[in-house]
Amino acid sequence: MNLIQFLFYVMGFIALASALFVASTKNVVRSVFMFFITLFALAGLYVLALADFVAITQIVIYVGGILVLILFAFMLSGKETLNIITQQRKPFISLGKIPAILLAVLFLIVVLNMIFKVDADNLEWVKRSIGFKNEIKPDAAMTENIGVNLMTWYLLPFEAISILLMIALVGAAHLSRKGEKQ
Amino acid sequence: MISLTHFLVVSACLFCIGLYMLVSKHNAIQVLIGIELMLNAAILNLVAFGKYDRLNNGGQMFALFAIVLAAATTAVALAIILNVYRQYKTIDPGKIDKLKE
Repeated sequence: MNLIQFLFYVMGFIALASALFVASTKNVVRSVFMFFITLFALAGLYVLALADFVAITQIVIYVGGILVLILFAFMLSGKETLNIITQQRKPFISLGKIPAILLAVLFLIVVLNMIFKVDADNLEWVKRSIGFKNEIKPDAAMTENIGVNLMTWYLLPFEAISILLMIALVGAAHLSRKGEKQ
Repeated sequence: MISLTHFLVVSACLFCIGLYMLVSKHNAIQVLIGIELMLNAAILNLVAFGKYDRLNNGGQMFALFAIVLAAATTAVALAIILNVYRQYKTIDPGKIDKLKE
């Protein structure tokens, strides 16, 4: 077990444990802050999958943007929400949660079964890619390649997603302003 | 290096935690966090498989697109949640059962 594998297990454990904490805690603010940890650990996993640019984007957009947005919305949504949420004092596994747990566990069993059956490391196109030396090596600098590809091969999805982002921005601004009619 | 199966197992666990949050939570913001967890599991899969495409960067590129899409989704969803709170004074998805008035 070398250092990279050790780091992978540490990152995976942090991601899964903090995600479980996010799912199980009653305190919403605490769960939002724990979600930070999950996202950072996931960025570490992206680095270990040799996608450093995606990891940086994850930190900038998710941690810097989305989570701050969630926190803002939460703090703005009023005192009553906070009170309602913190009032619930229930046992750790209440009866109402059992169907959800059952659903999640059964789905996990199905997906894990499929993962172990498909044996992803011996897929045909993966082997072909390794044969053609088309896999990313740990010492490769991919950011330049990503930039060139973004402006050539993936130009159409890039433009489509920029228009979509514009629409979402306008829509969110329109939805969240105070209505004058009522 | 780390095998693909390891990444797939981690992302499957994350996806199921997100699914659990999506079904069981009584707070729209926590449901939204569950959706984000599921999206992140999908992005982890894209990135893990994208390692085997050095020339076109298919996986990493669509991981970037998915991150941007998640940002757009969250902005709109939070605006909707704020509006719903203004209308109903609650953000429990189980209690929002009227279309208007």
